[in-house]
Amino acid sequence: SAVLQAEVLDLDEDEDDLEVFSKDASLMDMNSFSPMMPTSPLSMINQIKFEDESDLKDLFITVDEPESHVTTIETFITYRIITKTSRGEFDSSEFEVRRRYQDFLWLKGKLEEAHPTLIIPPLPEKFIVKGMVERFNDDFIETRRKALHKFLNRIADHPTLTFNEDFKFLTAQAWELSSHKKQGPGLLSRMGQTVRAVASSMRGVKNRPEEFMEMNNFIELFSQKINLIDKISQRIYKEEREYFDEMKEYGPIHILWSASEEDLVDTLKDVASCIDRCCKATEKRMSGLSEALLPVVHEYVLYSEMLMGVMKRRDQIQAELDSKVEALTYKKADTDLLPEEIGKLEDKVECANNALKADWERWKQNMQNDIKLAFTDMAEENIHYYEQCLATWESFLTSQTNLHLEEASEDKP
Amino acid sequence: MEQAPLDPERQLQPAPLEPLGSPDAGLGAAVGKEAEGAGEESSGVDTMTHNNFWLKKIEISVSEAEKRTGRNAMNMQETYTAYLIETRSVEHTDGQSVLTDSLWRRYSEFELLRSYLLVYYPHIVVPPLPEKWAEFVWHKLSADNMDPDFVERRRIGLENFLLRIASHPILCRDKIFYLFLTQEGNWKETVNETGFQLKADSRLKALNATFRVKNPDKRFTDLKHYSDELQSVISHLLRVRARVADRLYGVYKVHGNYGRVFSEWSAIEKEMGDGLQSAGHHMDVYASSIDDILEDEEHYADQLKEYLFYAEALRAVCRKHELMQYDLEMAAQDLASKKQQCEELVTGTVRTFSLKGMTTKLFGQETPEQREARIKVLEEQINEGEQQLKSKNLEGREFVKNAWADIERFKEQKNRDLKEALISYAVMQISMCKKGIQVWTNAKECFSKM
Repeated sequence: SAVLQAEVLDLDEDEDDLEVFSKDASLMDMNSFSPMMPTSPLSMINQIKFEDESDLKDLFITVDEPESHVTTIETFITYRIITKTSRGEFDSSEFEVRRRYQDFLWLKGKLEEAHPTLIIPPLPEKFIVKGMVERFNDDFIETRRKALHKFLNRIADHPTLTFNEDFKFLTAQAWELSSHKKQGPGLLSRMGQTVRAVASSMRGVKNRPEEFMEMNNFIELFSQKINLIDKISQRIYKEEREYFDEMKEYGPIHILWSASEEDLVDTLKDVASCIDRCCKATEKRMSGLSEALLPVVHEYVLYSEMLMGVMKRRDQIQAELDSKVEALTYKKADTDLLPEEIGKLEDKVECANNALKADWERWKQNMQNDIKLAFTDMAEENIHYYEQCLATWESFLTSQTNLHLEEASEDKP
Repeated sequence: MEQAPLDPERQLQPAPLEPLGSPDAGLGAAVGKEAEGAGEESSGVDTMTHNNFWLKKIEISVSEAEKRTGRNAMNMQETYTAYLIETRSVEHTDGQSVLTDSLWRRYSEFELLRSYLLVYYPHIVVPPLPEKWAEFVWHKLSADNMDPDFVERRRIGLENFLLRIASHPILCRDKIFYLFLTQEGNWKETVNETGFQLKADSRLKALNATFRVKNPDKRFTDLKHYSDELQSVISHLLRVRARVADRLYGVYKVHGNYGRVFSEWSAIEKEMGDGLQSAGHHMDVYASSIDDILEDEEHYADQLKEYLFYAEALRAVCRKHELMQYDLEMAAQDLASKKQQCEELVTGTVRTFSLKGMTTKLFGQETPEQREARIKVLEEQINEGEQQLKSKNLEGREFVKNAWADIERFKEQKNRDLKEALISYAVMQISMCKKGIQVWTNAKECFSKM
């Protein structure tokens, strides 16, 4: 470990960069194919908006054009992925492929396998039980498409993950991908280890270092709060929608009324048009909410689940070490090979912990920025809504007052 | 605007009454005009101040509401609300007001007053009472009569009712109304002694007339249609408004949950903590602001409700017209048939079937003396009938004239009031928007500082 320390410090001095974890990435478990890849210092800087960092980014991904495919066995949706890059390691500067949700799941699995204690971006859920009539309704597909777009971009912006070999996902043709997928331990084989893993992770929890205890506490509380905020935000959207539905009926009644009131026709019609304009403003507010706030909050709900998984995996890795140490201490099994194994595991634990610590800081920073932006946007939407309604009613009032003054001056002898 | 003929029995005697303020130009002049006789015309501009002389001299307010328990007619204990009516006379010189009368009345007494007015002023669009039971309630609003908010709104409604009467050129002079304001005990007996219940037209008679009348004045037919439409559209409006209010309440209140969660979340955040916490506070402010907003809107709804109930008052005047018209038509018909009978007897021809004629045929002719007697009776009846018809005609025309005058007055009042109400609705919306902008601007600032 002394050697490791030195390496970390050396790299530190060379970089202007704020984040530490990039150096650790070189010591981490690698992906199924290539040897160690140097990491780019460029993607470290706090990114507030993915789309804006054009001078730093060298990989641009869009996910669009969902298409339905029908086979004899099943129906599924594919999404078009367009990748534009200036990176040398890519054969070309533009790629266009079609991937389905299963493929994204595969990619996520591979990333988790390769980097068990990095915070992998979450995927949208497989399906949402509540309120779903049909798996493939338009809103669902659109929401999923946006989330998949986010997913890939988050990976692209991640200093380590962006160079993962399995990101071939972006470029490989369909047949290439299937054969690529078949190699290496799949997600399923990892699942087989679950029972042992759970048992051993309990041990990992017991010996969890203080900083990870704090992290775990945060994750638990954060998860609770973000879930609540998700529920609240969805509920607000629902209430606003129902308000909008009722308002649509409200304006026209005034028009109906104006038909039987000669002297109030103009006033009533004006009121009706004001209400209609406010109605439109509320519709705009709703769509703003569903674009700016809801997806962000929901992504962090999924992130919080991810984080718990990451904690577990860290604990598991630690548990492996601890069980071997225990074995050595109590001379349980054949103790000859143990010290060497323990040495390797100690390295593994240290890597894992450092990777997580660094990625944690990055994640927290991103989370703060994303949440801040999302809520600021929501506030802005509301301000804009009220400003529009205010203008509408104020102009009505002005016109009524002007009319009144006109009438009054006409009456004067 | 013409004044209806004032029934001296119903109206206040032309003696200057101390409680009503100094017996000077205002009251004295009005009373004097009364003494000069009916049909006096006042010029347009003067009408307002002249008719509002009551308001200028007197201030009426329903200032308090109190829960009481007592025993009802069946000696069972009941809880009811009593309202304090205070009357002040305004000294015109310095504008100071002096409390002259104060008494407690309950809702049923207001109802009694109105029933009385309906009987004695059928040509007047009598102001309606605030609703007896809470209707068009949105879910957070209570339908309970004892609910303090309902009682408060009813108090305002009752005050409005009294002010409407006090500012009506004819109704304001009514003796029973005056006593309502000034004589606490025994008032009910006094009202009942007028025997107004007996004078009331029966529902059945009125319904019958509505169906059978042949030539009602077209203006009243139109007015009936208008009042039906008014009632229908305002009901619809109030129903939808209540639903909109419900939804709006939901939107605001859910935001309050953010306050609590942000506060809990801020405990685990180092940099974001302060921003979250203060933003949460603004979310609480936002959520609680809806209560006042909807309270104000309830007053707007009450203004509309008054005109919803006025529709019924308009229909009452139409019904009276139909009744009188039908009565007239029946009297004319009766007279015509009597005249015909008489003619037949005189000329000896029987054109129409009559029982007398039949029996005469069967049992023999009547004597010339008998015939003469019958003709004489008929001629007397015809004379009477003609007199009656003449006076009914006159009554009918007077009624139409006077009713229509009050309806015109009502129309102007309605246009003014509804316009004002719609404008006040806009003012409320503006206030709500301004509050919203303020809260969200504050919240945005907190968010951006996170």
